Amino acid sequence: MMDTTCHIAGIAFRNPIVMASGTFGFGHEYNRFYPLDRIGGFSGKGLTLHPKSGNEGLRSWETAAGMLNSVGLENPGIPAFLSTEAERWENYDVVRILNLGGSSLEDYERGAALIEEDYKHRQQRGKKAVDMIELNISCPNVKAGGMAYGIQTETARTVVGLVRKATTLPLIVKLSPNAEDIVSMALMCEEEGAEAVSLVNTFSAMKIDIYKRRSVFENSYAGLSGPAIKPIALRMVHQVCQSVHIPVMGLGGISSAEDILEFIMAGAEVVQVGTHNFVDLRAGENLSRDLENLMRQLGISSLKEIRGIV
Amino acid sequence: MAEITANIQVAPGIFRMSVAGAYAGKMGQFYMLRAWDKTPLLSRPISIYSLDAEEIHFLYQVVGEGTRILSMLQAGDEITLEGPFGNGFPELNGKVALVGGGIGIAPFYYALQSLPQADVYLGFSQKPYEVDHFKRITDRVTVNVGGHILDLVDYEAYDAIFVCGPNAMMQAAQRLNERWSGRNKVYVSLENRMACGVGACLVCSVGTTGGRKKSCVDGPVFAVEEVKSW
Repeated sequence: MMDTTCHIAGIAFRNPIVMASGTFGFGHEYNRFYPLDRIGGFSGKGLTLHPKSGNEGLRSWETAAGMLNSVGLENPGIPAFLSTEAERWENYDVVRILNLGGSSLEDYERGAALIEEDYKHRQQRGKKAVDMIELNISCPNVKAGGMAYGIQTETARTVVGLVRKATTLPLIVKLSPNAEDIVSMALMCEEEGAEAVSLVNTFSAMKIDIYKRRSVFENSYAGLSGPAIKPIALRMVHQVCQSVHIPVMGLGGISSAEDILEFIMAGAEVVQVGTHNFVDLRAGENLSRDLENLMRQLGISSLKEIRGIV
Repeated sequence: MAEITANIQVAPGIFRMSVAGAYAGKMGQFYMLRAWDKTPLLSRPISIYSLDAEEIHFLYQVVGEGTRILSMLQAGDEITLEGPFGNGFPELNGKVALVGGGIGIAPFYYALQSLPQADVYLGFSQKPYEVDHFKRITDRVTVNVGGHILDLVDYEAYDAIFVCGPNAMMQAAQRLNERWSGRNKVYVSLENRMACGVGACLVCSVGTTGGRKKSCVDGPVFAVEEVKSW
């Protein structure tokens, strides 16, 4: 029997495939293509305290083996999510991760407090909609907050500390590849009591329209994702896994079972799949099948056998 | 995977592709087409040109790498189709005008099959294409080359006007609708960049009077007075 289960903060993932925030909507968008119990978990669209309309102008551009996005955290806001979408989450047999964004310390803190309050209310009714919070301090497309918090370790410490105090839910901190020092950022998260870190978010990048002589994006820069970033993301995940004792969710351009095993050999507990969801609407179902086949082919009966061996 | 049965160039840079299989779809809906493995990364959203029990057809213009690859495919080659996606044009009673500009004529051939009593207006900047197809269904086809096709549409003569074409043309349709305020009967099909096609990524988000909406799920067809960002 193949063992693909993984654990973070005592929560079991059926397999290491977790769908990344911003690429999986709130889950139901893909649930019509395959049952969500084929994957280990998913991280919902990034939520902020107040609704955000996101960025104006062009929002995406394809690149060699990747894509740029400048969505800018468009979302309905945490209260709207909790009063509508969260009820649907109660019924999903998969690890449900709420991705929390913000543009000020107060917003992050109040957002986390609302989630905690909702968590306790549901608990009283014997229900659960959210298993973990993924703290997004790394969105490159939000001018105030977002990546600003994700670059300097000591600035980020304040946010992580505040959110840690505001919730009892397991906390994952999503790190930016644009951080000054990603290893010290991860160590700081561990010190502040985060149960895990996820890395990496998109790389700050650019596309210029030579005919119009300007960036194609209103914000000048956008976030690069997809296979183009995989080797760099893998290196960063490897570096962080060498340094921290908490589990790591590895992500960045994963699009095959081979990619998943690479990240697990680099030390990741689970992986996140992002842009590949756009390439294959049934990515979760297909990757979970491919992973089991590849493990069988390579004589791997449990992911524990290979985790961090490189 | 499905088999391509034909892929014919009908004008410079304009192709009509036929794919074998029984596909579903309403007028104005689209499919995500993919005929490559890793590069380019994303599938391409292409509206339904026509469909019957055995085949689905797409009319498309070569504008970038994806459509260039599509244009090189031949009968017997394989392609992946996901769909139908999007809301499509509303099913309304009354007199309808279908107004297409350039490759924007694509959704209206199938729309005409659903609304055979509609009047058709086809505008081209250069040599017209596919006009004979439309004329097989109706003799009420108006063609214009090099002008503004909307200028030929008598706004007051219709209960609904469906428009698809370059953004400038759809913005002109919005101004036309504003001039005849209160009638709110013009619908436009937007052509936005998309990534997922299913409402998850928000790349195709459009500003509307009702807040941000997703072109892929809430559109691509919108009531024209609703659209705020083009």
